[in-house]
Amino acid sequence: MKAQQDEVNDLVKAGYEHGFVSNVASDTLPPGLDEDTIRFISAKKNEPEWMLDYRLKAYHHWLEMEEPDWAHLRYDPIDFQAISYFSAPKKASDGPQSLDEVDPELLATYEKLGIPLEEQKALAGVAVDAVFDSVSVATTFRQQLADVGVIFCSISEAVHEHPELVREHLGSVVPHTDNYFAALNAAVFSDGTFVYIPEGVSCPMELSTYFRINEAKTGQFERTLIVADKGSFVSYLEGCTAPMRDENQLHAAVVELIAMEDAKIKYSTVQNWYPGDENGVGGIYNFVTKRGDCRGDRSHISWTQVETGSAITWKYPSCILRGDDSVGEFYSVAVTRGHQQADTGTKMYHMGKNTHSTIVSKGISAAHGQNAYRGLVRMGIKAENARNHTQCDSLLIGDQCGAHTFPYIEVRNPSAKVEHEATTSKISEDQLFYCRQRGLKEEDAVSMIVNGFCKEVFNELPMEFAVEARKLLNITLEGAVG
Amino acid sequence: MLSINNLHVNVDGKEILKGLNLEIGRGEVHAIMGPNGSGKSTLSYVLAGREGYEVTAGEILFEGRNLLDMSPEERAWAGIFLAMQYPVELPGVNNMNFLRESLNAIRKARGEEELDAVAFMKLVREKAATVELDDKLLKRSVNAGFSGGEKKRNEILQMAMLEPKLAILDETDSGLDIDALRIVAEGVNLLRSPERSIIMITHYQRLLDYIEPDFVHVLADGRIIRSGGKELALALEEKGYAWVLEEDAA
Repeated sequence: MKAQQDEVNDLVKAGYEHGFVSNVASDTLPPGLDEDTIRFISAKKNEPEWMLDYRLKAYHHWLEMEEPDWAHLRYDPIDFQAISYFSAPKKASDGPQSLDEVDPELLATYEKLGIPLEEQKALAGVAVDAVFDSVSVATTFRQQLADVGVIFCSISEAVHEHPELVREHLGSVVPHTDNYFAALNAAVFSDGTFVYIPEGVSCPMELSTYFRINEAKTGQFERTLIVADKGSFVSYLEGCTAPMRDENQLHAAVVELIAMEDAKIKYSTVQNWYPGDENGVGGIYNFVTKRGDCRGDRSHISWTQVETGSAITWKYPSCILRGDDSVGEFYSVAVTRGHQQADTGTKMYHMGKNTHSTIVSKGISAAHGQNAYRGLVRMGIKAENARNHTQCDSLLIGDQCGAHTFPYIEVRNPSAKVEHEATTSKISEDQLFYCRQRGLKEEDAVSMIVNGFCKEVFNELPMEFAVEARKLLNITLEGAVG
Repeated sequence: MLSINNLHVNVDGKEILKGLNLEIGRGEVHAIMGPNGSGKSTLSYVLAGREGYEVTAGEILFEGRNLLDMSPEERAWAGIFLAMQYPVELPGVNNMNFLRESLNAIRKARGEEELDAVAFMKLVREKAATVELDDKLLKRSVNAGFSGGEKKRNEILQMAMLEPKLAILDETDSGLDIDALRIVAEGVNLLRSPERSIIMITHYQRLLDYIEPDFVHVLADGRIIRSGGKELALALEEKGYAWVLEEDAA
């Protein structure tokens, strides 16, 4: 038992790799939120009137709303007036025209994060839209993508360059009235990513965005909108890290996916925000609304997430299965250690006929970590022959952590089928001893067991990111043995 | 090669082994028999280095090295193998990968090259055939959903792959029907060698019909109270343990 205890203690103490702060001069708004803040952000981005109106509408709605408290999470109330809502690296012009104009320190930061920003260094076939605090810094592979008609740019640019697409789709999946954090995001979102894949085009490369919160006391409210037109395909990855700070930082993002007829969107997340220290001080509050709309028949949206960071995670990537024969998938690994808390899961709204959804959720809790799976499967009246299969597994390391499962199932169509399986297990002393007796070091044994537990989810990640996820998990478990 | 002197072991504060002595030479096969609760499994776990077994006195020397100073994996590297009474399930961990990681960890510790995939596959197929273990089980998760007999055969497969100097078989015969027992025993017999010592822990004489021991010991109340040849096992089978216990008390 002692080994288990040591392991747990070391898990808690394992350092946060990305906890450096970049010394870049920033253009940061003082803390506080009112109409002027929103006007400032909008003006800073030189936005058209309709965009400002959208923000203000969302802001006024937000003022009327109450912060949700139903999640299995404990944290002190967030003071929304103590947050700065805009921070951008200072630069001469409005935006860098090429990599040469980007602050070298910024590039060095990305280098440390292992993001291949320079095109020649880019991972084969990965285009990166890097978001540093609130402004998109550089976008690579734009031209190659433009050749096949794919639009991949920051959302601020899209507002100017493709206003008709943004106006049509922004808020159409997650309306500003949806929930407290989505309303806040709609009011103050600073930047984010826009992707449009035209009809019949299979995006020739993986698209990827790395977000990074650098400025102290800055909230990051990015907005992602991906539209896949008829018969198109895109695979998108987001990765996130943030420096170590004692204060809690708020991250309230909104991601909207729209898949038209026969289109497929694969959205993968590797989230490694700063989780706070071993005493639970600091760390990111991650309140995120992600939702995909399978709008056309036979469309397909697949969410894969590996969540190892954040002090608090509140996140339910969902699918609206509107089109007949549409498919929704959710594959998740969530790790909580130290004093991390996660309340995460998915929602599958079956509306069309013969819609299928698959949910595979793997929660790993160590030390004082609390991990909750919360999922909704709703079979609508018209969801003839709809199917869902849910598998929800929890793995406990040590005896002070917790795993909780809150499945909600609503069936309004008698031909629909819903299956739910759940297991909870512990990395047992038996398993560790067995592996060690066969010559494996304890930390290799832990890593082997945990990777085995997560295998079904890792199999869903694009290959190079699966390797990254495994590495991240191993770093998380590094020094797990005293 | 293995020398146990005056071994005292506590589990949860209760003394289980009370001055156990045992000498095992290279290439010898020893059977340890005894009534329930006599300390047989405790002995096997102490040899393998499991935590929770507190050695209060005595020593264990393995090839002249102090075994009690070594971690479980160091003992495995040194050539000690424990075939468990209840092999553990590792869901999601591929049986073949597990074998390969295990074999390479031990080869590395011995200063040998890691086996490449082709050589490994060839070896594992060959060894699996000796215990009649279906290829399909190699592709499944370690022991997950295996029958009792399949688990025991998988243990013997691991032993065949890892080629230990000292193999401890903890009630390998328990829960096996007669056919499975024969297969497992044949697998073990193939591994008998002048370089390999074997300790068989068992309740029953039955196993010893298949794997003939050089020595038989009776473990009772934490001590070896009688040692002999194969005939001792036959006498125990016929008369039970009572007479040995009585003679020991006298």
